[in-house]
Amino acid sequence: MTDAPVGRIRLMDAQPVNLDGFAVEDPSLGLVALASPQDPRASIVVSDGRVVELDGKPEAEFDFVDEFIARHGIDVAVAEEAMALTDVAVARMLVSPDVPRAEVVRLVAGMTPAKVTQVLAMLRPMELGMAMTKLRARRTPSNQAHVTNRLDDPLLLAADAATAVAYGFREIETTVPVLGDAPSNAVAVTIGAAVGSPGVLVQCSVEEAMELEMGMRGLVSYAETISLYGTEQVFIDGDDTPWSKAFLASAYASRGIKMRVSSGAGAEVLMGGAEGCSMLYLEARCVSLARAIGAQGVQNGGIDGASVAASVPRGVRELMCENVMVMMRNLESCSGNDALMSESDVRRTSRTLPILLAGSDFITSGFGSIQRYDNMFGPSNWNAEDFDDYLAMQRDWGVDGGLRTATAEDVAALRRRAAEAVAAVYRFFGLADFTEEQVELAVDAAGSKDLGETDTLAILHAGRTIRESGMTIVDVVQALLETGFEVEAERVMAMMRARVDGDYLQTAAIYDEQMNVLSLVTDPNDYAGPGTGYEPSPARQAEIDAIRQQRSVEELRQEQATRASDRLRVVGPAAAGFDPREVVIGVSAAVGRDIWVTLSGLLVVDAIAELLAGLEEEGCTARLVRVNATLDLGLVGLTAARLSGSGIGIGMQGKGTALIHRRDLSPLANLELYSVAPVVDASLYRLMGVNAARHAKGATPVPVRNPYTDEAIEARYHTKVVSLVAMEREHVDPLAGPELLELLP
Amino acid sequence: MTAKAFSGRSADTLDVDAVRRGEVGVDDLRIAPETLEHQAQVAETHANPQLAANFRRAAELAMLGDAEVLALYELLRPHRATVEQLLAIADDLQARGAVLVGELFREAAQVYARRGLST
Repeated sequence: MTDAPVGRIRLMDAQPVNLDGFAVEDPSLGLVALASPQDPRASIVVSDGRVVELDGKPEAEFDFVDEFIARHGIDVAVAEEAMALTDVAVARMLVSPDVPRAEVVRLVAGMTPAKVTQVLAMLRPMELGMAMTKLRARRTPSNQAHVTNRLDDPLLLAADAATAVAYGFREIETTVPVLGDAPSNAVAVTIGAAVGSPGVLVQCSVEEAMELEMGMRGLVSYAETISLYGTEQVFIDGDDTPWSKAFLASAYASRGIKMRVSSGAGAEVLMGGAEGCSMLYLEARCVSLARAIGAQGVQNGGIDGASVAASVPRGVRELMCENVMVMMRNLESCSGNDALMSESDVRRTSRTLPILLAGSDFITSGFGSIQRYDNMFGPSNWNAEDFDDYLAMQRDWGVDGGLRTATAEDVAALRRRAAEAVAAVYRFFGLADFTEEQVELAVDAAGSKDLGETDTLAILHAGRTIRESGMTIVDVVQALLETGFEVEAERVMAMMRARVDGDYLQTAAIYDEQMNVLSLVTDPNDYAGPGTGYEPSPARQAEIDAIRQQRSVEELRQEQATRASDRLRVVGPAAAGFDPREVVIGVSAAVGRDIWVTLSGLLVVDAIAELLAGLEEEGCTARLVRVNATLDLGLVGLTAARLSGSGIGIGMQGKGTALIHRRDLSPLANLELYSVAPVVDASLYRLMGVNAARHAKGATPVPVRNPYTDEAIEARYHTKVVSLVAMEREHVDPLAGPELLELLP
Repeated sequence: MTAKAFSGRSADTLDVDAVRRGEVGVDDLRIAPETLEHQAQVAETHANPQLAANFRRAAELAMLGDAEVLALYELLRPHRATVEQLLAIADDLQARGAVLVGELFREAAQVYARRGLST
């Protein structure tokens, strides 16, 4: 006896999901998702228009989070009405298409954090999806990208920002591994985004005061990392209070800068300050506070603590509850899905999919548009490696996740222009003198590891110079104009005009590419059941559908035509043979006409040559015929067998599927079959020739087994099969007899 | 609506030609208090009185310089100021017309005293 687990368990142990941590639920540490025994029961007492009890706590015992929520976050005019509703009644209102969003928003304004917690804990996953579809603020979903790199290389930042915009992201968040580089990153990403499209919002996430300063100078256009926490102690550890955060919110607005706050499950647990409460309840306090301080939106759904939430039962569901909670409070939701929450592709997809399907103001609060290793926030749940997966998921479900396909040519051109623009502006200011070669490397780089040697001190110097010289966005515009980047200069100025207009301060605002504001005000979510709400426009639907990998029959026909061979020649009508050592090879109708390559990539003529060689090895003679009357491989093989002097025939379709048949068998009862054409290589066709010959000589050969595969063989080849079969069908003529072919050397 | 910038300049005249002529200063790119009041009214009609209140505080801060705004933020962080300092700032702000921001400082002073967050 050994203690080692059996093979089946060892197999499971080796899967990526088992690198993830899973925690036993432990309310004392806050390791509990939806409800903890320590969570208060919802209650409110309003006296003379003043909240004097909140979730079981009298006014005298309020901590500062309670205090701020009680003073600013509760609509006392509806509090009693709203709090009198049962949890299940509110839960149904969230889900039912018959209750308008406005009514939910009106009532939730009077609800306490504990009330919202109790309600959301009742919703099942698909109900959360329904609630999200109805309650998000903006009708049109969107998405945000991270653009960072390990080196803070400005050329690469600009090229990657332009790339992110090409793929459809409307907000870009950058940050730094080295704080001093921040102003340089802000300038580089702002320029790169302007190369990509008008109206892209840009932020540089750093320490609160420095971030505000960059905003004041116009170097960034929104801010997001104004963190809120669910307990007083963790708030203080974060060096802020609700009053300082409320001030910060107003400070951003006072400069016309869009701002949202950031919170999410797990932060308090990680800081050892959950006070025994559930993640959902603590987040309910954060979101109440977000509304109370006057933030227009919230980035939540775990964020840095997403994997903490995901480690406990119902944790991923809790993350989605957080987003719905923001929407109920009439705020913009930037719905997490940023920090990589699992080593497992299955789990990280499972975490995001319901939100992609339901639609959010921003499906992710940071899709890593660069490679995982370049993400200075840490790897995201979605990264540059996943663009095609995400685009395919949008297309699979017919939903708008904010991304679109960019052509290879556009990506190359935008990256070049972005890198050149930044090189020109940095040269103009004397910040750095990038070489042609550095520009070339940045254009082609898939990540910072492709850049070769870079001068990190020069970047730090650039950052410091931008900061200390008091450079503003007007200077950047001037430099763009002086260096010939007029279009980008105008786009940056358009964002400045937007700042003066202030319309993008409203809830859930983004700009489309024509500089129209889309927000709660201008593009309100009007979902009220099937047939209502957001539907992609025909143009947008076409973008979602047209992923770069899709192929039409005509494209596959052209691909086949490029491999056409002149080695097959028609001799004339085929007649029956009488030589007992003869085996006839029957090929399908499109062979030698439209189909030239099998699914395994082998030329059809080479496959035939292998069959012939196998027959010859065993001393048999062979004839080659094309069977024109049928699509069915069994009948192709049987027709060949009936023409054959030995009564043994080989049938082969253009796609490479092949079998051995005998004249006295029924069409579907063959002797040997290669059913999985993509894995049939030259040596296997040779072997089939040998075996057919042995059958002809009356022997009983050992059947050749189909090679096995763990590839998603049908996913890889079925679209091609459909096209190849369509081509075969075009050439089938039920009245046409078989033709004798000749394979020229 | 075409808004006017803090400087009084109309937003739609803020283009690259104006920059080229050297006509665009920092105050031309600052939002005006009146615009923030307008946005406050929009927020109010869209069921978010707290956002409206934020925009009205912002309208007051729009009148202050960058350095002062940054300094005021610093003083509201935990353990940065005494209760008396916070109240004095509140008085000063309110005397200069920043009534709502002053109120925020006054309320913070009270709560910080009760929760031990002043210096």
